[in-house]
Amino acid sequence: MKGASVVHDPTGYQIPPSQRRVLAWTIYVGYAALAAGVAHGLAQALSYAGINILQYFPFLKSYYQGLTAHGVANALIMTFAFSNGFLPLLTARALSRPMKSGLVWGSFVLLLAGNVLTAYAVVTNQASVLYTSYAPLQAHWTYYTGLVLVVLSTYVAAVSMWIALKGWRREHPGARIPLLAFICVVSYTMWCLASVGIAVSFIGFLIPWSVGWLEFVDPLLNRTLFWFTGHAIVYAWLLPAYISWYALLPRQVEGKLVSDPLTRVVFIMFLLLSIPTGFHHQYTDPGISTGMKAMHAVLTFGVFYPSLATAFTVVAGLEIGGRNRGGTGLLGWIPKLPWGDPSVVAQVLAMFTFVFGGITGLINASYSINQVIHNTAWIPGHFHMTVGSAVALTFMGVAYWLIPYLTDRELWGRKLAVLQGWMYTVGVLVMARGLISAGLSGVPRRTFFAEAVYRDSIEGARLSGVLTGIGGTLMTVSAVLFFVVIGMTVLVGRKGGGPRDIPAAETLTGPATGGWELKLDRIGWWVVAAVVLILIAYGPFLLTYLPPNLVSPGYRFF
Amino acid sequence: MRVHLYERAFLWLGAAMLIVFGITLIITSTAMGIHLPGNVQRLDPAQVREIPPFDEPGVRQIGENRYEVVLIGFAWAFQPREIRIPAGSEVTFIATSTDVIHGLHVQGSRVNMMLIPGQVARNTYRFDKPGTYQMVCHEFCGSGHHIMAGEVIVQ
Repeated sequence: MKGASVVHDPTGYQIPPSQRRVLAWTIYVGYAALAAGVAHGLAQALSYAGINILQYFPFLKSYYQGLTAHGVANALIMTFAFSNGFLPLLTARALSRPMKSGLVWGSFVLLLAGNVLTAYAVVTNQASVLYTSYAPLQAHWTYYTGLVLVVLSTYVAAVSMWIALKGWRREHPGARIPLLAFICVVSYTMWCLASVGIAVSFIGFLIPWSVGWLEFVDPLLNRTLFWFTGHAIVYAWLLPAYISWYALLPRQVEGKLVSDPLTRVVFIMFLLLSIPTGFHHQYTDPGISTGMKAMHAVLTFGVFYPSLATAFTVVAGLEIGGRNRGGTGLLGWIPKLPWGDPSVVAQVLAMFTFVFGGITGLINASYSINQVIHNTAWIPGHFHMTVGSAVALTFMGVAYWLIPYLTDRELWGRKLAVLQGWMYTVGVLVMARGLISAGLSGVPRRTFFAEAVYRDSIEGARLSGVLTGIGGTLMTVSAVLFFVVIGMTVLVGRKGGGPRDIPAAETLTGPATGGWELKLDRIGWWVVAAVVLILIAYGPFLLTYLPPNLVSPGYRFF
Repeated sequence: MRVHLYERAFLWLGAAMLIVFGITLIITSTAMGIHLPGNVQRLDPAQVREIPPFDEPGVRQIGENRYEVVLIGFAWAFQPREIRIPAGSEVTFIATSTDVIHGLHVQGSRVNMMLIPGQVARNTYRFDKPGTYQMVCHEFCGSGHHIMAGEVIVQ
């Protein structure tokens, strides 16, 4: 193979202002969704403590309507709206070329339209099915259709990135793809592949069923299709945070990304292994053979591996920064990190909480052990340390430079913002401690626990409930601080005080210019390999399971 | 690929850890006999109450210290609501749902399964310690989800 070249581009390319505005609004939709969802989170945390504050939400018909709003707004909308803006922005910067304006607009309009439809269904209590949308609980068609539009908006964002990359490669034959663009494109490519399950479920079954064209659906098949997407979706939420930890945060702490090749390997592993793991969410489901479940257990252990590699790399990036800033000794670099920078504080603390998120995740994936914690309060304990902090807190941390960058205004209230990151971290750890112990004592998840008939019969639920309530309250107060800081920045931040460029980190070990590593850039081939793995993981199940067991009419128990 | 020595060591250690965890799981699910619910049978949720064994939900003894619980979940109750068994009994739960997806979790045990309309769930567990165990629905099943519960009383 002939040698490849590496393009260095330190110019700090700026995306055209017209596109930048649309991407900014896309990201605002995400933060607005965060605000909408967090408000309900407080009611849920306090419910575990036995405190019912639903009367202060006069527009809510039930606890579960609020729970649906929390999950849909925070897990589905916030994450994808942020990524739809963030990833194309980074890709444009990394490739020094604009996106196609039509696609940037198209993605934004689809996202907005999808939000309006879904919000209509949720607000009018016609879709209190929780974000997992398990049939045969049946939501209004606008709910499913709105979410399909949101997924379409991510496809359009992905296409805009693919086109930009294709154009770049044409102009740079034989050159390695710039790392930042590579990891952005691979992340959204993985998501496009992962979303096939939910697309088939919604378009093929749930939408026709909700409008009455289809009388019955197969609950297990739709659940399986949901989890085909449902585990990988978590990585689709997480990878933009990883991108920031790998490729941006080192720059913010004056460090460097340790290894370009290893970073590429990690993201390719996510592309390969995120999807064929869905049955680990269905260990306790009937109708799926234990052999298939065991195979997915092994593959889930496999997808833990790139996160393990990430733990080393991102901490090493911080260490380099701390040492460059004068830190010495084994741990002396830690106090030297820029602890006055709210963006760094939030992201470093998000990484810290993710250690526990990762470990609890490994426990969830652990086949037989899963039966102890499946569908108990342990699960929200786990995912508030992954999506609820590693992702959400990182997105807040990123906002502390991104919003000033997008609006060219200086960040307002730096000290308040630093406090926000700490407060959120303490809050999420206390809450997760509460939820995890509640789960171990048998408290179920997704339950209006304040009114549950067995509330006083579960030993240990009282203390864990109080911890959950305290932690959740701290998180809510912290989220309010975040919105105050961001709101004030946008409204009254000093004009012209924003950063001029995205904090793109340099690498210690650059990309190879020869050898097998060049094959990492052949993203199309890796997609084919991912499809093969998916066929191995889901093919035997589908072959023995199909045709669908169409037996369930829709129920609207809300 | 150039990978730093420390990172190489870290990755090998991580791999070793995952392999040890994996072996542990194999031991629990073979030698210790901890099984997950698997593929049992399909049925029509509308006909559940006519199809054996669900035509007679309840607890019955099937051998020395062995019991079978045939259980139906529906919005928002379990039938039977109360299960009484002597300590040391090995209990096989055979369960399904007649409407939406429900869950069955007996607090403090690993009786933890999804009740999915159209599917039969089955798993076995030995209750050694006497006491009253809450049996709760742990999958969201509508506005009365939090009142869907029962008790396993081990005497």
